[in-house]
Amino acid sequence: MDAQVKKKKLGLKPRYQAMTRGLDWQTSYQDMDKVFPYDKYEGIKIHDWDKWEDPFRLTMDAYWKYQGEKEKKLYAVIDAFAQNSGQLGISDARYVNALKLFIQGVSPLEYCAHRGFAHAGRHFTGVGARVASQMQSIDELRHYQTQAHTISNYNKYFNGMHKSNHWFDRVWYLSVPKSFFEDAMTGGPFEFLIAVSFSFEYVLTNLLFVPFMSGAAHNGDMSTVTFGFSAQSDESRHMTLGIECIKFILEQDPANVAIVQRWIDKWFWRGYRLLSIVAMMQDYMLPKRVMSWKEAWEMYAESNGGALFKDLARYGIRPPKGWEDACEGKDHISHQAWNTFYNYNAAAPFHTWTPNAEEMEWLTEKYPDTFAKYYKPRFEYYGEQHKQGKRFYNTTLPMLCQTCQIPMVFHEPGDPGSICYRETDHQDVKYHFCSDHCKEIFTNEPEKYVQAWLPVHQIYQGNCFPEGTDPTVEGFDPLAAVLDYYEIEVGKDNFDFADSEDRKNFREWKGGVEEEVSP
Amino acid sequence: MSVDLQAKQVEPLRNTFGHVAKYVKGNKPASRYEEATMGAQPTTNFHYRPTWDPQHELFDASRSKVVLEDWYVLRDPRQFYYGTWAMARAKQQDAVESSYQFVESRGLLDAMPDELKALVCDVLMPLRHVAWGGNMNNCNIGAIGYGTAFTAPAMFHAMDQLGVAQYITRLGLAIEGTKVLDKGKQDWLDNPNWQVLRRYVEDTLVIEDPFELFVAQNYALDGLLYPLVFETFIEDRLTMEGGSAVAMVTSFMSDWHKETSRWINAVLKAAAAESEANNQLISGWVNAWSDRAQQALAPIAQLAMQDRADASIEHARAELDSRSQKNGLAAK
Repeated sequence: MDAQVKKKKLGLKPRYQAMTRGLDWQTSYQDMDKVFPYDKYEGIKIHDWDKWEDPFRLTMDAYWKYQGEKEKKLYAVIDAFAQNSGQLGISDARYVNALKLFIQGVSPLEYCAHRGFAHAGRHFTGVGARVASQMQSIDELRHYQTQAHTISNYNKYFNGMHKSNHWFDRVWYLSVPKSFFEDAMTGGPFEFLIAVSFSFEYVLTNLLFVPFMSGAAHNGDMSTVTFGFSAQSDESRHMTLGIECIKFILEQDPANVAIVQRWIDKWFWRGYRLLSIVAMMQDYMLPKRVMSWKEAWEMYAESNGGALFKDLARYGIRPPKGWEDACEGKDHISHQAWNTFYNYNAAAPFHTWTPNAEEMEWLTEKYPDTFAKYYKPRFEYYGEQHKQGKRFYNTTLPMLCQTCQIPMVFHEPGDPGSICYRETDHQDVKYHFCSDHCKEIFTNEPEKYVQAWLPVHQIYQGNCFPEGTDPTVEGFDPLAAVLDYYEIEVGKDNFDFADSEDRKNFREWKGGVEEEVSP
Repeated sequence: MSVDLQAKQVEPLRNTFGHVAKYVKGNKPASRYEEATMGAQPTTNFHYRPTWDPQHELFDASRSKVVLEDWYVLRDPRQFYYGTWAMARAKQQDAVESSYQFVESRGLLDAMPDELKALVCDVLMPLRHVAWGGNMNNCNIGAIGYGTAFTAPAMFHAMDQLGVAQYITRLGLAIEGTKVLDKGKQDWLDNPNWQVLRRYVEDTLVIEDPFELFVAQNYALDGLLYPLVFETFIEDRLTMEGGSAVAMVTSFMSDWHKETSRWINAVLKAAAAESEANNQLISGWVNAWSDRAQQALAPIAQLAMQDRADASIEHARAELDSRSQKNGLAAK
């Protein structure tokens, strides 16, 4: 037995190579271009897939071990939360509206990411990129599923969550996140990675996750905090994939730089517009606030992002075109977005409200140059009207931007007193935009954006009524028919928080303790 | 000190989300599997056609010729969602790890006769690439299939196939080091024994219908391959001939095959049960791909079982046919 020869142990890198890249082969019974038909038409040139550095050398055995352990801990917390009626421990019932936005607008994006990465994970010719994408695909599925399980308990006790997936496919403002992700998924695999892994995960994800997760922590929502933490190690893998993929593509061929730059310009702006909803959540919807949108933008975008683009300059990449306008917007967009939802709250399945006195003070302090001057008077006026029993609900439909699909509510950069409108003609039809950047995205790819399912247009075309609706009958109420199509429970899911069932129930469950709500 | 335990019972307003509730019988709370799976996928009002497939919507049931009124009838009897899947696999991985510790601490792989080692490597190492094809195909089902009940387990299955490829790799490294991996790949590419099978695998890589792909990969090919190699060859033959160490460290594969067969059967059964047209279509695929898979595996059976080759593969085929019968598929 002493003659047993010890085989030389392979190092981590060659071992991982044997476990992944060694599995692949050049097909010959079927043409390689038929087996991998989708990774050339975007114009990205890859000369040597072997130069791809695997961002995390994780084999399936290790993956299962880490992830299994994390799931065990996470579900223990979710179970305990439900058993102990954790939903009663939150700061006040207004907080739940942040979760409503999350389950309506973010969780379905996790699902779309899962699907998009499955497509990339099948279709990159390079094995390293394929395996990394596949792992991200199941991670994203995990996020959709753990979010459904975490928020399930809230859905049992609060309104505005019970039809979340139905709403994602139909309700007007949810076409903003939906069209964002479908735009990425309908692109080729390289654009998908630049859009999601780089522009979204790497550049902007902190602006999404930090506000929601620290918002949850500050407002006593321990189950959301736990899934946030649990998702964090997945996210750091995803961010590593984002930076690896962009460097790899840029190093492969100088002709790739211009294509990638255009994608960065596009996806930075698309992502920034999408985050308007996070901005308003952060400034208006958290009863206990963490930091303002402006502060978050300065920390995560201006300083971190600034350093990143300095680093990418050596490849010939410059900061995205919309960068300066996005920085200029930090003083405004949260207020403009909240005002919009306050207006259209009859058609939105979550609650809005006017900030109370202490919150007005906080906003004034955080936005010294803009809040008191441009926005506070509006909210004060709304509050006055509400006190007199005249809560303002806007019942007309707004004009939408053809690209980002947000109502035209953003100001002209440098001129907060006027609204920014842009337009262009394409094949004798006029299209409208909220900004130069959304217009440019359209003109680069008009054949894609003319297809957009714009909720307001669809309503006017009669496509958002329940089947069998006859809009010609006398007394036809189009708004009621649309809410019917949305399956919004009128009076429960929508309207002002002050008059809501959520508020009434929560007060009862807490034994009559009243929160500081205006009016 | 007395503690007042009369906490007020708060009645829930509802049991679960609307897109889940319509799949839950009665007024019962939904299971975790149901909340993770049912109605999860977007279904309508898609904004743009895929630039890579403008004939279809992003999520489009018409990518398959199988017609189902509701793709969520394809339930997974294992009720896997990510958490239960990951925890189940982590547990199995623990078992594999203990087997390796046992085998390696006693030098059991090294103690195998050289001819047996060579046979093990000749039969198993090219299968790394078969499993890799299985990974790509299931990933593709996840990417183009319809309904989360069908696509989410396919994505788990894709990762499982990668796991299988890596377990085989690990075995090769433990027996002999990288040169057996290289030889296995060379055989896969050039050795006539493997060419019919390689053609089969490459042909599946270009199947466009996700359900046909499911049949060709998970039912016909793996339905014959796993019984032949991991049961007949490894558990029956090798164990008798001094190779039980190999059986120990590959037990994941036979366990996995049994477990996943329950899911694969359930998918076929539910889809075929919905209409005569589905049944004809699926049975046709099953028969055609099983015939091809049987031919492709014949040289492998020869390699692994020598004079018992014909009996082994015919046995595997008979088992698959009886499985088809149990799944309600039309007999050949």
